[in-house]
Amino acid sequence: MSAVPDDLRYSKEHEWVRLEGDTATIGITHFAQEQLGDVVFVELPEKSASVRQFASLGVVESVKAASDIYSPISGEVVERNVKVIEKPELVNTSPYEQGWLVKVKLADKGEINKLLSAEDYRAHIGETAGAGGD
Amino acid sequence: MGNNPYSPHTDTDRAAMLERVGVRDIDELLGAIPKDARHPKLGVGAGLSEMEVQAHLEGLAKMNTNAGDGPFFIGGSIQRRYIPAAVPVLALRGEFLTAYTPYQPEVSQGTLQAVFEYQSLMAELLAMDVVNSSMYDGGSATAEAAFMAVRVTGRHKVVVSTDVDFTYRRTLRTYGRGPGLEIVEVPTAKLASSAEGAACLIVQHPDAFGTLVGVRAIAEAAHAAGALCVQVTEPHACALLEPPGALGADIVVGEGQPLGITMSYGGPHLGIFACREALVRQMPGRIAGQTVDANGTRGFVNTLQTREQHIRREKATSNICTNEALAAITAAVYMSLLGPEGLRAAARAGVARAHALAKRLAALPGCTIANDGPFFDRFTLRTEMGGWDLRNALIARGIQVEVTASHFVAGRREGRDDIIVQCTELTTEADADALVDAVAQLSRSGETVVTR
Amino acid sequence: MTVRTHVIPDSGAKTPVPALEPLLFELARPGRNGRHVRTSETAEIPDEFKRKAPLRLPELTEPQVVRHYTHLAQLNYSVDTGMYPLGSCTMKYNPKVNDRVAGLFADVHPRQSYRTTQGVLALAYELEQMLAKITGMDFVSLQPQAGAQSEFTALLVFKAYHAKRGEAKQRKRIIVPDSAHGTNPASAAMCGYEVTTVKSDARGNVDLDALKGALGPDVAGFMLTNPNTLGLFEERVREVCDAVHAAGALVYGDGANMNALLGIARPGDLGFDCVHINVHKTFSTPHGAGGPGAGPLCVKAHLRPFLPKPWIIREADGLYHYDTAREDRAPAPQGDSIGTIKQRLGNFGVLARAYTYMKTLGEEGLVETGRDAILSANYLLALLRPAYDVAFERPPMHEFVLSALKQKKQGASALDISKALLDEGFHSPTVYFPLIVPEAMMIEPTETEPTETLDAFAAAMLRIAERVKTDPAAVRDAPRSTPLRRLDEVGAARKPVLRYKIDA
Repeated sequence: MSAVPDDLRYSKEHEWVRLEGDTATIGITHFAQEQLGDVVFVELPEKSASVRQFASLGVVESVKAASDIYSPISGEVVERNVKVIEKPELVNTSPYEQGWLVKVKLADKGEINKLLSAEDYRAHIGETAGAGGD
Repeated sequence: MGNNPYSPHTDTDRAAMLERVGVRDIDELLGAIPKDARHPKLGVGAGLSEMEVQAHLEGLAKMNTNAGDGPFFIGGSIQRRYIPAAVPVLALRGEFLTAYTPYQPEVSQGTLQAVFEYQSLMAELLAMDVVNSSMYDGGSATAEAAFMAVRVTGRHKVVVSTDVDFTYRRTLRTYGRGPGLEIVEVPTAKLASSAEGAACLIVQHPDAFGTLVGVRAIAEAAHAAGALCVQVTEPHACALLEPPGALGADIVVGEGQPLGITMSYGGPHLGIFACREALVRQMPGRIAGQTVDANGTRGFVNTLQTREQHIRREKATSNICTNEALAAITAAVYMSLLGPEGLRAAARAGVARAHALAKRLAALPGCTIANDGPFFDRFTLRTEMGGWDLRNALIARGIQVEVTASHFVAGRREGRDDIIVQCTELTTEADADALVDAVAQLSRSGETVVTR
Repeated sequence: MTVRTHVIPDSGAKTPVPALEPLLFELARPGRNGRHVRTSETAEIPDEFKRKAPLRLPELTEPQVVRHYTHLAQLNYSVDTGMYPLGSCTMKYNPKVNDRVAGLFADVHPRQSYRTTQGVLALAYELEQMLAKITGMDFVSLQPQAGAQSEFTALLVFKAYHAKRGEAKQRKRIIVPDSAHGTNPASAAMCGYEVTTVKSDARGNVDLDALKGALGPDVAGFMLTNPNTLGLFEERVREVCDAVHAAGALVYGDGANMNALLGIARPGDLGFDCVHINVHKTFSTPHGAGGPGAGPLCVKAHLRPFLPKPWIIREADGLYHYDTAREDRAPAPQGDSIGTIKQRLGNFGVLARAYTYMKTLGEEGLVETGRDAILSANYLLALLRPAYDVAFERPPMHEFVLSALKQKKQGASALDISKALLDEGFHSPTVYFPLIVPEAMMIEPTETEPTETLDAFAAAMLRIAERVKTDPAAVRDAPRSTPLRRLDEVGAARKPVLRYKIDA
């Protein structure tokens, strides 16, 4: 998997969104997990909690740091990934797949436009243009 | 120079250092300081030799009456107990006393394992899942428990029994001014019915007057209302009484000083803080945790540090940094020397002597035991002459007790005017005789105190 | 020079995993008891209150306990063992006479009548006076038991001050510099304040324009450490304080670095409204493996009314008592006081040590302390500059900050260097603080380290810098000669084991 998959959208705070119809899956990027170091704990909202775009929805902790997770979109939490609560290391080893954090039912599809494309995110984190794979 | 006996620097050393730095005088390095503020005269007087300072402090100490100088019955959260000789020998070793916070665990395993052992011993004594490595004292621990309950429940009302140590309630009120908490004080009997909308119910068992309290019902009422139950307790009591963890407490706090730590006019002491496992990430303070090193050898580290101020800053569970680690280690040494048998014996002695003494005092004319129910190792004595007068008359006879008239509710003195009598394993028959004789004389003579 | 970590394994005791020293529970056997306290008395406790839960504390005899804790002690580094160059911790020597005389007050209960504790009150009263003189303040509270609790107390005082002027609701913000110690914003949050951070400028001062921009009628106070956590004296400190005052707010002094100011300058003369003191730093009381300490709060007269009660009163005839205690005189009212942080006089046993230190040193000794602390730091900096980047160019006071960014690029970080130092027999400096310097190493030698120790420390640091160039993997592998290698902190946080599981 690429460090910045093309089919996702990104926030400046290093979260990603995968759209599947009305539902968005959210996680943190490879860049973010690398900065954090070994993840030891993830604090996620409960099901049916509402989240707001760019507001904090939880926390990812390493041994030496705690980072807020800012929701890239607004909506209602329909699922939380209990696997990362049991095995937080999934966020490090598989940030875009098994390390997903929450699934949210979108409140406003238009919010996607406020997010970055893969290209823009790569530029944001300083990768050279066109760099794809690991 | 040579005015600081602890600085090894001679003028030769200083000259060499100045040369390496490249200045003639350190004043050349002080340019950032406003000229008129530099080199103030402090006015604190000349220094002393060690011999002189020893004599000076001995002179000051002679102006005190030590608890052991006469029959002594003041107690409560801070108690005069027997400290085995090995406790200070071990706990005050320089490697513990002068060590720093174990930020480099590879060279701090002494501290970290000793603290882990303290956490384990205290967890067993309290029957709680997790114990932190100390708060400052019982009072601040109580206040921080309230703060934690507020974080966990999202509610801002704290209900506390008026039978909780009044110094704890004062500290709680003061702390509560920060986040603007609503602190409601009610008698223990009303706690269960006051749980609605509360973040927690705070109950002390045994309470400040020594009375045994039915915590289970209070914990159930708290839980039914979505609140936490905070129990304030004492370590020796937990050796003989059903411990807080078995009664439904969510958070347990108390003063650990009776576990081998000297009274020292109130500090440094040991804030005990424990909670259920589910709440551990909201718990304040440092915690030692077990792990392994790169070779697979067992070791210990400060863990769950993201709760703390140095990482979380304004989002930390507390601002606490420096704690009472040495006191925790001292308590662990004490508990490992006494063991379950010794701890129970010390507790039993206090209870037995308090009950025997209470019986004798209650038999005197005009004297009654004023507790609301059975008591542990302290009780309140009501006499016709009133608490303040009796206490002052007893002091004049070299006997020290405390007055309940110093008990406050919501900042005002209320109701009771008794004395509190605390017994421990150090209370002797002669002490008891002296108190009984003195109270007997005073009740017969109708003597009142003229020092007002 | 290697750290003396002589470990004698407890012969015969088995541990379930390889360990340096068995746990108490692993040394215990049923029936192993001492006889420190015994009684044949029985306790009258109603059945419903009796303990039914087991009490599975370990059963040990005294010889075992003594060996156990002796082994543990031998695993510890301490000031008595060697130098701790930890910035802002002031790990100076802990004089033994202080411990001895503190013991003279061991058997005194805080709830004793003032008539039986005149010695305690006399000491505390004189200590308050000395602290006020040293800091250039007017009144002191001895109640706070640590720096953090003192910060919290001061912010409650600020809140009360503003409330008295009808401005408490409006003034909801506290400003801190980006170099602030974590306790500062944490204390502000505990006190119900929002926290604004302002950046430092290129000279390591608070950016005055940024500060002025952040100030407003909604600000309650500004928390400033001076010298700051970079070891630098705030070059425009009076302008900073004036700007805060002009906005109707107060300036809090974090006195963690007071060792640099003893007899050099007084916070009260620089514009601070109050300052806390860490006696376990500046005044030599031992750190006790993380505590206890004490954090007296020194304030200017306009903040006195809000200080915690009770206050010590000294009568003309030399008698001491408390103002709000009901004794044999009418108690003074609580007034505007915020209440009580800790009954009576805080950690008196710690304060007695600080008092003894101050009496020992006297005026000349305290002044010499400040001067030697500053000289030692600048000397050590001169020795280390050839190998490490210096964060800021102007002369530091009693501590300085290096950046190991250069070394990080060569393959070993500040963390790795700190571990390599352990192999060299020294405790590491503070690393990764303050947050504004990348790969920060904050170093404070204090005035009680001989020059040969400073030379040896510098030599070790230079050796490590060389090794980073030639063999960074070796540095990343450190420590190798300490009782344990690097510990798995990730595992400890993911699956916390916070107590011994007795049934396991």
